[in-house]
Amino acid sequence: MIKAILIFNNHGKPRLSKFYQRYSEDTQQQIIRETFHLVSKRDENVCNFLEGGLLIGGSDNKLIYRHYATLYFVFCVDSSESELGILDLIQVNLLDMGYAHCFYYICTYFFSLIFYVHNILAEMVMGGMVLETNMNEIVTQIDAQNKLEKSEAGLAGAPARAVSAVKNMNLPEIPRNINIGDISIKVPNLPTFK
Amino acid sequence: MALKMVKGSIDRMFDKNLQDLVRGIRNHKEDEAKYISQCIDEIKQELKQDNIAVKANAVCKLTYLQMLGYDISWAAFNIIEVMSASKFTFKRIGYLAASQCFHEGTDVIMLTTNQIRKDLSSPNQYDTGVALTGLSCFVTPDLARDLANDIMTLMSHTKPYIRKKAVLIMYKVFLKYPESLRPAFPRLKEKLEDPDPGVQSAAVNVICELARRNPKNYLSLAPLFFKLMTSSTNNWVLIKIIKLFGALTPLEPRLGKKLIEPLTNLIHRYVWQILLCSLRTVLISLSSGMPNHSASIQLCVQKLRILIEDSDQNLKYLGLLAMSKILKTHPKSVQSHKDLILQCLDDKDESIRLRALDLLYGMVSKKNLMEIVKKLMIHVDKAEGTTYRDELLTKIIDICSQSNYQYITNFEWYISILVELTRLEGTRHGHLIAAQMLDVAIRVKAIRKFAVSQMAMLLDNAHLIASNTQRNGICEVLYAAAWICGEFSEHLEEANQTLEAMLRPKVTTLPGHIQAVYVQNMVKLYASILQQKEQAGDKEAAQEITQLMIERLPQFVQSADLEVQERASCILQLIKYIQKLQVKEVPVAEEVIALFAGELNPVAPKAQKKVPVPEGLDLDAWINEPPSDSESEDEKPKTIFHDEEQRHSKPRHPEMDEEELARRREARKQEQANNPFYIKSSPSPQKRYQDTPGVEHIPVVQIDLSVPLKVPGMPMSDQYVKLEEERRHKQKLEKDKKKKKQKKEKRGKHHRHNSLHTESEEDIAPAHRVDIITEEMPENALPSDEDDKDPNDPYKALDIDLDKPLADSEKLPVQRHRNAEALKTPDSEAPPVEKKSKKPKKKEKKHKEKEKDKGKKKEKEKKVVEEEEEKKKSSKHKKKKHKKEKEEKSKDKKKSKKKHHHSEEEVVESVQNGTLDDEPLPPMSSYRLLAENPYIKMTYDIQGNLQNDSQVTVSVIFENKSTSFLKSMELNVLDSLNTKMLRPEGSSVHDGIPVPFQLPPGISNEAQFVFTLQSIVMAQKLKGTLSFIVKNDEGSTHEKLDFKLHFSCASYLITTPCYSDAFAKLLESGDLHMSSIKVDGISISFQHLLAKICFHHHFSVVERVDSCASMYSRSIQGHHVCLLVKKGENSVSIDGKCSDPTLLSNLLDEMKETLSTC
Repeated sequence: MIKAILIFNNHGKPRLSKFYQRYSEDTQQQIIRETFHLVSKRDENVCNFLEGGLLIGGSDNKLIYRHYATLYFVFCVDSSESELGILDLIQVNLLDMGYAHCFYYICTYFFSLIFYVHNILAEMVMGGMVLETNMNEIVTQIDAQNKLEKSEAGLAGAPARAVSAVKNMNLPEIPRNINIGDISIKVPNLPTFK
Repeated sequence: MALKMVKGSIDRMFDKNLQDLVRGIRNHKEDEAKYISQCIDEIKQELKQDNIAVKANAVCKLTYLQMLGYDISWAAFNIIEVMSASKFTFKRIGYLAASQCFHEGTDVIMLTTNQIRKDLSSPNQYDTGVALTGLSCFVTPDLARDLANDIMTLMSHTKPYIRKKAVLIMYKVFLKYPESLRPAFPRLKEKLEDPDPGVQSAAVNVICELARRNPKNYLSLAPLFFKLMTSSTNNWVLIKIIKLFGALTPLEPRLGKKLIEPLTNLIHRYVWQILLCSLRTVLISLSSGMPNHSASIQLCVQKLRILIEDSDQNLKYLGLLAMSKILKTHPKSVQSHKDLILQCLDDKDESIRLRALDLLYGMVSKKNLMEIVKKLMIHVDKAEGTTYRDELLTKIIDICSQSNYQYITNFEWYISILVELTRLEGTRHGHLIAAQMLDVAIRVKAIRKFAVSQMAMLLDNAHLIASNTQRNGICEVLYAAAWICGEFSEHLEEANQTLEAMLRPKVTTLPGHIQAVYVQNMVKLYASILQQKEQAGDKEAAQEITQLMIERLPQFVQSADLEVQERASCILQLIKYIQKLQVKEVPVAEEVIALFAGELNPVAPKAQKKVPVPEGLDLDAWINEPPSDSESEDEKPKTIFHDEEQRHSKPRHPEMDEEELARRREARKQEQANNPFYIKSSPSPQKRYQDTPGVEHIPVVQIDLSVPLKVPGMPMSDQYVKLEEERRHKQKLEKDKKKKKQKKEKRGKHHRHNSLHTESEEDIAPAHRVDIITEEMPENALPSDEDDKDPNDPYKALDIDLDKPLADSEKLPVQRHRNAEALKTPDSEAPPVEKKSKKPKKKEKKHKEKEKDKGKKKEKEKKVVEEEEEKKKSSKHKKKKHKKEKEEKSKDKKKSKKKHHHSEEEVVESVQNGTLDDEPLPPMSSYRLLAENPYIKMTYDIQGNLQNDSQVTVSVIFENKSTSFLKSMELNVLDSLNTKMLRPEGSSVHDGIPVPFQLPPGISNEAQFVFTLQSIVMAQKLKGTLSFIVKNDEGSTHEKLDFKLHFSCASYLITTPCYSDAFAKLLESGDLHMSSIKVDGISISFQHLLAKICFHHHFSVVERVDSCASMYSRSIQGHHVCLLVKKGENSVSIDGKCSDPTLLSNLLDEMKETLSTC
């Protein structure tokens, strides 16, 4: 089971948090802080697994994380998940896909990044269990959903989009908003998970 | 209308959207909280508006704020409003917000039930999907109970996208509503064979998650998983299955034997290291039951070593992880890699170091304990981070104290290690060290003298330890030190000095509980000094010491800590009284010492719980009649069996002779016998061996204590290591000498633990007589392990026997009032779902339904009986050759909608060859005879290929019937225009395909061949030849066997489940051609008939009413085939509809043939 998925930046500011177990808002923040504390002090060239998060789970649990550019992607899982498997899930499904589609979505739908990632996550992991690992399948489903959304917006959505477009005219702002955008994909020498 | 919408949107564009919010927060770095509270006010305004788009936008922003840690539960109702919006865009936002912030305590959650139900049955698959995703995060017991049936129905939805989500969410439903597990399980099992890999993987996921907690209930699924394992190409599924087998094999050792081979095959097949890691660990757990597999374990460990030596840190970590799993079962094979593990301790990565530490824990032995701990101590000194250092510290203590100090041969060394550890600054684990000191000092009698001297030193140097108090956890050790010095003060050489150290003013800065112990133990010390002095006749010194106490104690009386204050003032009064007596020259020492007399025994942690309730005592009964007020709550009767650890009445040996152990033992025994308050310990082996005759003969090597005791300052454990080595050497020599003289009867008396020792370890005797006192348990304590289980474990509720037939009461609750059209699912076991019911008729209908249920139930029971009979039969005839029987079995198998992938049968084969006979096997086999001669028999089966619409896979089983060895088998067919065998690139149409194995005598194996076809509407026949070389003692001959491969139309069909509504639509659409047949003279039951059609022709039942059923299937090229099967008295008529008339007529012809054989 996956207990939580956290994405935060180099300063520990949460960019996305998804808990598959109930924690109060305060505990959630505490967990994020603790996880950031644990993860951020690790060097670049060490392994991507970490034990000893006190708040979330006990000895059975592990943190599996990846650090990309300014973001940390952390999965908190228990012993029934395969470590390298999850690592690959972060790599292939979340990051590579995010990279390829990010600009497209931001520009087309003015879709907020957090919701975009939430949607990917929803197709990938459900209730703490891995739902789909096939990247193409996920992309297909997300595309279909966004299409549906676009068709719903139709005429009524047009002005809102126009306004968003104007609001986004401040171009230098954009790259800062898109955190995944400036990731340089340097894939470590992992055997691919195919 | 449209105008209004546009207007709404225009209004909306002046609201802040999420991006504005994010940007705003970023621009207000200094006063973020203020800005956000302002935003929340705005959001509250927005939520009050009617426009759903505005609301959705507000909820969207709230979700973001929730992530930042703001409580948004106040908006729960608005979230539900957004969830129930008709547009997917808003629905999605609503469900996301709900999944982020709803939980069991959210009170409005019950309002969502109907909304969710509506979304679940929405025609738009994404509405359903988003509802399922949301529900998975906030499902409550109530929701689970109300929606279980709806989700069950979704498990056989036509869209795999919904199916997989529905399957996965069932796990959450089971957790919240365990009663649903049994009714839903058959369908879940079915989904393991779903044509869609995603659904399959979801089902595997759920079952593995369930089985992880209660593996024994899922043993019967082993053959199914076995099949999946050999056929699946999805690595996620493979990992899960392998992990599942890891949990199953300890319960069923025979499974292990079966698994070894395929797992080894998998290792060969996948160079993929992830899999390797988990594979190995399972291999290990498998072979734990079989000692003869230690060679393979050895191999695994060696391979793991390669992993650990890898430069990739992740692989290194996983290697160590796997290694620790092997360690549990095969400690010896890991121990040889100690060097590597120790090397890992130097790794810069903390995770890896921690893993290595874990491994060390299992690797210690009597021989290497000192060496390992020494290495660890070096690391303790080097370690920078406190977390890691603390981890090291706990590990050292764990390693040393594991299984009752099994590996410690020299406790002096251990005490000095503990003392050295006290030099660590800023550790959180002071209490751990303290607990160890206390434990060792109490339980190892022989060490007390040494321990006391060390503790006295600690007390003397207390200022070093407690330099920065409060925050410093290490000062806890002073607690232990003070207690040990007081308790065993008779061993103290310079008691005066220690007493003075305890009375220093600095002590008052220590934490309260430590001061309290100080005060208490001062008196003990004082008592023993007093006695010494009186015995020596030194009255002046005795009075001096009393005076010292009276002078210094007031500083504790002033303590802010109540406990300290109380004890100190009590004791102060006592001493003042003693002083008075002393002035009158009355000898008081005996009386004072009597205050602390008594033996102290360690009490087992569970002892209290195990005290049996005496007969006739009802602990729940009131002792007095409860007062009528509500106040009675505070006055619960206190248990009178409080087995307190008598901290304050201390054991004291009246006369202590340190040198002569035998005498001391004698005295103690006597004292115990005379002391009526002494709780006799339960007869334990350790206790008993003290009484065995001949103890005196055991050479007790007395350490020359003068050397270590006089070490100035802190002791160095290294010295003990050296001493110990010398001692061992000496001992060995002595032993060698004695061996010659001594008789056999003295063997083995020297061991505290006789369980796990290896020969070589047994040679090392403990340094001196170490009596580890066993922890006491009350007499007639009941041995039970129950107390290890947590009654609140949510998974315990799921410990349900799944093989029992369903009872009537176990049906899932069905919403009766619902008016929506319910779907009849292919599974006849599905709980009955009502069809459109009008209110007046409701009652009547319910009644009917019940009757129907009962009927079904009976049928089911009958089937179960039949099945069981079959099972018995099959275990009698162990060989699989009886084809007939097999077919019968497959008939009996009522749920023959099950698809069988080509490899399924492979498993059937391999399992049947072995000993796993009484496992319920999937008994279906559609293998037909292909050709046979005295050497070889070929049977084959054809399966459509899901991925490719113009390919079929032919699986051929080759069985060697001769006593010779068959090799170089090559299969070739004459391609027709329509059907061609898929050959490797570059080979011509006349080349055969080599069979990828050889056959030893009596063995069978399966090979698969792929054929491509253009048209599938007609049955095909292909001629072919198998050529092979027969090799026996006389030499080898070349043989040939001709065969005809028959591609029936049914083999192009793929079993596809279908809904009755989709089915109805299909029939209505009118683009299907119709044809029908009638077969007379059918005697088998309708149930069997359907099963036969399902099985041999790959159909699935859509709906069945009495003796009429509709069935559906799909060809690999997408032709729909619908059947209506009606059974008359002696005949069956089948009406078929299909998009291709030729295919249909051919299919019906085949079916006629099958049925006429009934």
